[in-house]
Amino acid sequence: MRIGPVELERRPTPSWNWVLTVSALAILLALALAAVIFWSYGVSPLRAYAVIIRGTLLNARALPEIVRNMIPLLLAGVGLVLAFRALFWNIGAEGQILLGATAATWVALFSPVPDGWKLPVMFLAGFIGGAAWGLIPALLRLRFAVNEVISTLMMNYIAVYLVSWLIHGPWKGPEMRGFAFTDAFPEAAQIPVIPGTRIHWLTLLLGIALAIAVAFLLKRTRAGFEIRVQGENADAARYAGIDPARTLLLVMIVAGGAAGLAGVGEVAGIHRRLLDPNQISLGFGYAAIIVAWLARGSPLAVVLTSLFLGIVFASGDVMRVALQMPARVTDVFNGLILFCLIGSERLLYWRVRWAGHP
Amino acid sequence: MMEEWIIHTIVRGLALGTPLIWAALGEVYAERSGVVNLGVEGMMVLGAIAAFALAQSTGLPYLGLLVAAGAGAAAAMLHAVLVISLRANQYVSGLALTMFGLGLSALLGRRWEGLPLLATLPEISLLTYGGLALAIVLWFVLYHTRWGILIRSAGEAPAAVDTMGVNVFLVRYLAVAFGGALAGVGGGLLSVAYRPSWTEGMTVGLGWIAIAIAIFASWDPLRAVAGAFFFGALFHLSFRLQTWISPEPLQMMPFAFTILVLALTTRRGRGAQGAPEALGLPYVRGER
Repeated sequence: MRIGPVELERRPTPSWNWVLTVSALAILLALALAAVIFWSYGVSPLRAYAVIIRGTLLNARALPEIVRNMIPLLLAGVGLVLAFRALFWNIGAEGQILLGATAATWVALFSPVPDGWKLPVMFLAGFIGGAAWGLIPALLRLRFAVNEVISTLMMNYIAVYLVSWLIHGPWKGPEMRGFAFTDAFPEAAQIPVIPGTRIHWLTLLLGIALAIAVAFLLKRTRAGFEIRVQGENADAARYAGIDPARTLLLVMIVAGGAAGLAGVGEVAGIHRRLLDPNQISLGFGYAAIIVAWLARGSPLAVVLTSLFLGIVFASGDVMRVALQMPARVTDVFNGLILFCLIGSERLLYWRVRWAGHP
Repeated sequence: MMEEWIIHTIVRGLALGTPLIWAALGEVYAERSGVVNLGVEGMMVLGAIAAFALAQSTGLPYLGLLVAAGAGAAAAMLHAVLVISLRANQYVSGLALTMFGLGLSALLGRRWEGLPLLATLPEISLLTYGGLALAIVLWFVLYHTRWGILIRSAGEAPAAVDTMGVNVFLVRYLAVAFGGALAGVGGGLLSVAYRPSWTEGMTVGLGWIAIAIAIFASWDPLRAVAGAFFFGALFHLSFRLQTWISPEPLQMMPFAFTILVLALTTRRGRGAQGAPEALGLPYVRGER
């Protein structure tokens, strides 16, 4: 198709440069649309963005907060990349995060695990908790053909009320004077942080290691190959004798487990106790969907995309404090970014070429 | 005593069932035309703030609901443009709509938070009976009129509709916008009738339950009514039983039941197997 001096042509596989360009344009468009919304809220968009940039990127003390928000997004996002590659619509990372947090809390406060072993066992328990929560929708889909979008979402709500019940009831801390928290974790059950920040680096390293491991799994192993075939062409997978149940269960153990680890990091690295579910996860499980989508199926790209969403979360904090906006302002960003991202996907498959004067 | 209790439960089931029925009927129509809209929660919450703001400032709750319908339809159009024209992934677009709706309503609703509403509707209002009547009308339209055939065919065999010279895209746009309008009314009923107030995120998952109702009603408007009232009653029970059981396990109950009901209905070979053939697939002219 020719428009004046430029020629538009289809391309089957977009280059990474083009993907990056289109993604960046989509994000810019989302920021422009958000500006309109700030303006209608009564905040000058220029002032809002000036406050955000000064409060996050140009503030040495705020930079660690970006990384702090990135950690759960990285872990949950890597898991979701795997689930989406297998075409399993896991919207349940939020609940899996909460179950990981719950399992870790049990180990920290109520198990007889010796001090030296506490942290490793907490991570293990968190992984198992998240994986178990993620396996339920997988089994429901395999056995009863239950749509996983609905079941994973329902599991999120169930997890919220489960945590809420624990902190109001059986696990309510005697030292907490009527507040709905558990007692604080003992020192051996706290993940060390970089001094002066809230970066629990152990969880961060775990996230990066997991991204590399999942990339290796997808690229270089038989199981990863089966997951990819299953996601790209279910019919071909069946002819090749790939067991859909086995791949799906593996995928959800890793995806749920990864989200569970994120939950461990939040309670053992940040809050040091189990508390209100909406404070444990600030919507990381839902934002991880954007992290995964933005990474376009690459586990390693999640390191970058989770950093970007970390900036969005840190910006939300700044806007809440400096501009007295509700915390849900991050949802406005998240929704708009996701809209623009999927809306621009058609563009990926076109190439603009200079064709000279007609 | 027991009778009174049962009657009370039914009445309360109708009260909370009313917003659910409107939202579920909307999703039934959108999905029948082949478009999954997971943004029901977002459209409902936008309807809730629109209805509350209008009813609060004008004193006219019905006008509020009308504007809520407009807000829901406008939000649905975002989804429609993305998934019908730009062929974006329907699941992801719906989730984006839910996030956006929750965020935008919290932002715009800030100044309405905690305000009293004088012009309210009763929980069981004209809109309850209207919802029942609408279900019958929508059922009749879907199965016994040319319009119904077009909507169902757009969801089952869009290429065939196209061959008949009917614009598939237009049919889908209209069905999605109509679904959004009904979801908006459902949300509006929450903020001017069921719990006359505005708090951010006040839909508390009802939008997702409405989607589940559409699925296990096999996309049939009349069965959707039954599902909505069943869940209305279930939510009521989760309040009533709090005298004896702590609230959180009870609050879980409707969500756990949703999974259970989905598992049972799809197992019997109905439910999900009655899904429109082209549900979730974008229509591309000249491709099969």
